[in-house]
Amino acid sequence: MNNQLISRVNKQDARVAMAHMYVAFLALAIGGLMGLLQVFVRSGKYELPGNIGYYQVLTVHGVMLGLVLTTFFIMGFQYAAVSRTAGAFSAKQRTSAWIGFWLMTLGTAMAAVMILLNEATVLYTFYAPLQAHWIFYLGLTFVVVGSWLVGFAQVSRYVQWRKAHKGEPSPLLTFMAVVNSVMWFVATIGVASEVLLQLLPWSLGLIERVDVLITRTLFWYFGHALVYFWLLPAYMAWYAIVPKIIGGRIFSDSLARLSFMLFLLFSIPVGFHHQLTEPGISAFWKFLQVILTFMVIIPSLMTAFSMFAMFEMRGRELGGKGLFGWFRKLPWGDARFLVPFIGMVAFIPAGAGGIINASHQMNQVVHNTIWVTGHFHLTVATTVLLTFFGIAYWLIPHLTGRVLTPQMNTLAIVQAFTWAFGMTIMSGAMHWVGLLGAPRRSSFSTYGDAAQAMEWIPYQIAQAVGGTILFLGIILVLIIFANLAWFAPKGDEEFPVAEVAEQAEKTPMVLENWKIWMTVLVALILIAYTIPVMDIVNGGPLGSKGFKLW
Amino acid sequence: MHLHRYEKWWLTFGVGSLVVFLVVIGVGAFHQGHQPPSSVKTINYEQVDKTAPFDEPGLKKVSGQDWDYELVVVASAFYYAPVEAEIPVGSKVKIIATTKDVVHGFEVAGTNINMMLEPGYISEYVTTLDKTGEFLVLCNEYCGTGHHTMKSMLKVVESNE
Repeated sequence: MNNQLISRVNKQDARVAMAHMYVAFLALAIGGLMGLLQVFVRSGKYELPGNIGYYQVLTVHGVMLGLVLTTFFIMGFQYAAVSRTAGAFSAKQRTSAWIGFWLMTLGTAMAAVMILLNEATVLYTFYAPLQAHWIFYLGLTFVVVGSWLVGFAQVSRYVQWRKAHKGEPSPLLTFMAVVNSVMWFVATIGVASEVLLQLLPWSLGLIERVDVLITRTLFWYFGHALVYFWLLPAYMAWYAIVPKIIGGRIFSDSLARLSFMLFLLFSIPVGFHHQLTEPGISAFWKFLQVILTFMVIIPSLMTAFSMFAMFEMRGRELGGKGLFGWFRKLPWGDARFLVPFIGMVAFIPAGAGGIINASHQMNQVVHNTIWVTGHFHLTVATTVLLTFFGIAYWLIPHLTGRVLTPQMNTLAIVQAFTWAFGMTIMSGAMHWVGLLGAPRRSSFSTYGDAAQAMEWIPYQIAQAVGGTILFLGIILVLIIFANLAWFAPKGDEEFPVAEVAEQAEKTPMVLENWKIWMTVLVALILIAYTIPVMDIVNGGPLGSKGFKLW
Repeated sequence: MHLHRYEKWWLTFGVGSLVVFLVVIGVGAFHQGHQPPSSVKTINYEQVDKTAPFDEPGLKKVSGQDWDYELVVVASAFYYAPVEAEIPVGSKVKIIATTKDVVHGFEVAGTNINMMLEPGYISEYVTTLDKTGEFLVLCNEYCGTGHHTMKSMLKVVESNE
């Protein structure tokens, strides 16, 4: 088969992917340390030294982990996955990826310097009319444009493959990487126009005022797709890599592709569910987007079914008997399986919490409380991140020509349990105290010894305990990363790519008919956004000047 | 495309639950009128202090409306006006709020009152206060260095009547 011929990622491509990994894990180290400082401050028992502000630390945490770690890891992983399954990139495609990588790195450095100089303490959502230094906005623009170039390389390799293999379905991992890149292109148009047409000229003094609601609407047009941009690479691993690790096969190639296409359709026209309590958008349009938001529950249910069907088939193949006997047969000692599996389990409460958040009027109970922080520390910081760690444990040695030793495998398992334990405490406390009303993104405060705020303090101490355990988890994963990048024994670590189960049916080509899917996507976006955006533009108030309140 | 029999059951059950769930929140929103705060009224944010009703923040008894009181709130970095309001339990109140500068998050902890205040827009929400107690009003959207010091108190007291 094709797969055996190209079972190693091309050496030059490996360098591109590995460059992304270095930045990603550096961001994890910095962002993780900031997280530790935050939970300490919020416990009320510790104050930051010198002139360092809580919100400055919070901005670093969000930018490093939410934007830098994720984007670099995803682009590096997808790039390697396309090279592995569709074949090495051409010199031109690779150059595009390198330029993209350096542009993203430069942009990250620019944003980081401005945050450290306290010129951009606006958190990673940079809501106007708080106004950061223009270099911060330009840096973020470079990160996005750079990611486009790395994404273009992947799409271009896919197009080349399709031309060379007329009438055949593309390799599943390549297809999935392309779906995620396309979603990223369409979604980042929102944030790019927010920054390029509004925030950047505004911070440079070229325009005096911006319409705050328009900036927020553009941000959230992008912002919810952003969370699916984080999630889909994890799904890539679950659908197309984990089956190989456990010795099984992909449950259904068509189902995997269909669920990715549904994610593409229902990730973007849904941003209003982050704006449910905002003025200026009528309740009808909010509700319409709530319905569209909930459509992603369908591919999520399909994924859950596929995963457990695949696990059961493999467990029975290994001799598992009875209703649940197959469960014990799975390779629990293999970090490449166990670590993402813990991530999957976390997605059950995480998904349920997400449904609550997006539930129209129910959102008022939790909006901007620390419940939401607890929610996305389960989704992105557990489900997605543990899956990324599980990927890194074979991807990094594969790229560096080393192997994951049994000692590192054990350490990886310890890491995952440390993470799960710390997160249960921290996220659990956040969810609970959020229901009592404690706000997110706030430094320690007793609000003048208000009785309610005093009740929140024990939970905030629990968050500090959980956060400290999580920081230990970050130290462990950094030790493993360093080992796999520089010290592990030389050898051949497999890049696992699963094949389709024999009894599965042929993949219908309609799933790769981009004209159909893109038409539906554009139509959904227009339906969901045209009228409410026109209302905002036509009925908009006097725009806002910039404020620097930090 | 072929779907396994169990998968059909699973998806039927899942999608069925989803439809029921959406109908429940839809009926709550459109039939029972429990919508999230979605006022589309605008204001010049630089003239808030001179614009009625924000020139006189505080609680007012009103008549001839569907609600008994109006609570007018002006937010600015890092204050709420009024700093305190006292209201009889069981009264229906319309909260009318806006900001003079950046985005703030108006939240009354322990209640469902939770809405964004954005420059240029007026946020409104009608609710009945059916529990007595002192409820902390705080800001839940980052607005600058003093964000976590922004507060006010809503006291729901036993009615004298």
